[in-house]
Amino acid sequence: MSKYIVPVFIVSIIILGFYKKVNIYDSFVEGAKESLKLVFSIFPYIATIMIAVEVFALSGIADKLSELLKPIFNIFGIPSELCHLLVIRPLSGNGSIAMLENIFETYGVDSYISKCASVIVGSNETIFYVVSLYFSSLKTKKLRYTIPVSLITMFIGVVISCFICRFI
Amino acid sequence: MNIVFIILIISSIIGLTIINPESVLTTLISGTTSAINLSFTLVAIYAIWLSVIKIMSEIGLNRIIYKLFKPIVKRLFKGENELTYEYITLNFSANILGMGGAATPLGIKAIESMNKNDASISDNMILFAVINASSIQLLPTTIISLRSTFNSQNASNIILPSILSTCITTIVGIALCYIFRRFKKKT
Repeated sequence: MSKYIVPVFIVSIIILGFYKKVNIYDSFVEGAKESLKLVFSIFPYIATIMIAVEVFALSGIADKLSELLKPIFNIFGIPSELCHLLVIRPLSGNGSIAMLENIFETYGVDSYISKCASVIVGSNETIFYVVSLYFSSLKTKKLRYTIPVSLITMFIGVVISCFICRFI
Repeated sequence: MNIVFIILIISSIIGLTIINPESVLTTLISGTTSAINLSFTLVAIYAIWLSVIKIMSEIGLNRIIYKLFKPIVKRLFKGENELTYEYITLNFSANILGMGGAATPLGIKAIESMNKNDASISDNMILFAVINASSIQLLPTTIISLRSTFNSQNASNIILPSILSTCITTIVGIALCYIFRRFKKKT
């Protein structure tokens, strides 16, 4: 069902535009032009994030960090098996999908751990990536309380997800 | 962001140097390579979505969506102009429907139009970023299809917990923003 949303949506917009005499051709030309400009201006931010994430993923720091956080996570009812995923999730979208596949393989896709992991990956964002892209147009780089609030929110969300998943 | 980045990159490079010193430079370069590849994909995705958004705004559909969410958005983000509200509502709608490719350019535009003086980041901008960073996508379609490729007995039983979790985190995020706002004003 959901796979039809996007194609139906795009076709309806184009038909509606045609009906309202919008110049569809020009709109697409403009869109492509704007897109190139936009990506040109956000590329430095994407590159910086990706460099950091790439070394982070290979450095073994993620393992150390998740070992360190395990006891704290356990207190809140988050299973130890998910600690590594939680460290990666706010940094890298692709990385967390790869880790989710790994969890599916190790624990079985219908296990409690896999369900928790699915909910965690599905209902959280790549916080650092989103924040750095969204603020890319601003000169100031002082993000004030953005990152702490986002991380605390994610943590509370994860605790709740792990709790809810016990019932499905 | 600077401090976060410094901690992340220094600890990572030191960690990697201990494990495998020869791979440090190649890893840094391969990070940039992935960024270039991602950027090319993004140009393609945004080209399509920016075109669709352009047509939508010329039809007047953006105004209609904006009017639908106006009461909530105006209450959450006080003192912004009409165009900003339009971008915010469109960004939220795209995000809720899981059209990330449309949401990001709209989000960047929303922040740009909220920017009045370049000196500092406003509370509204932070609230907007936090809501986006907490994910407001209702259906985790990618995850569901991934679960079915792993032959899950019930690939979609995570829908309800995901929706619940998404709703709760959005509310928590907004609440925390308001708490921090108060706290920072007093100090």
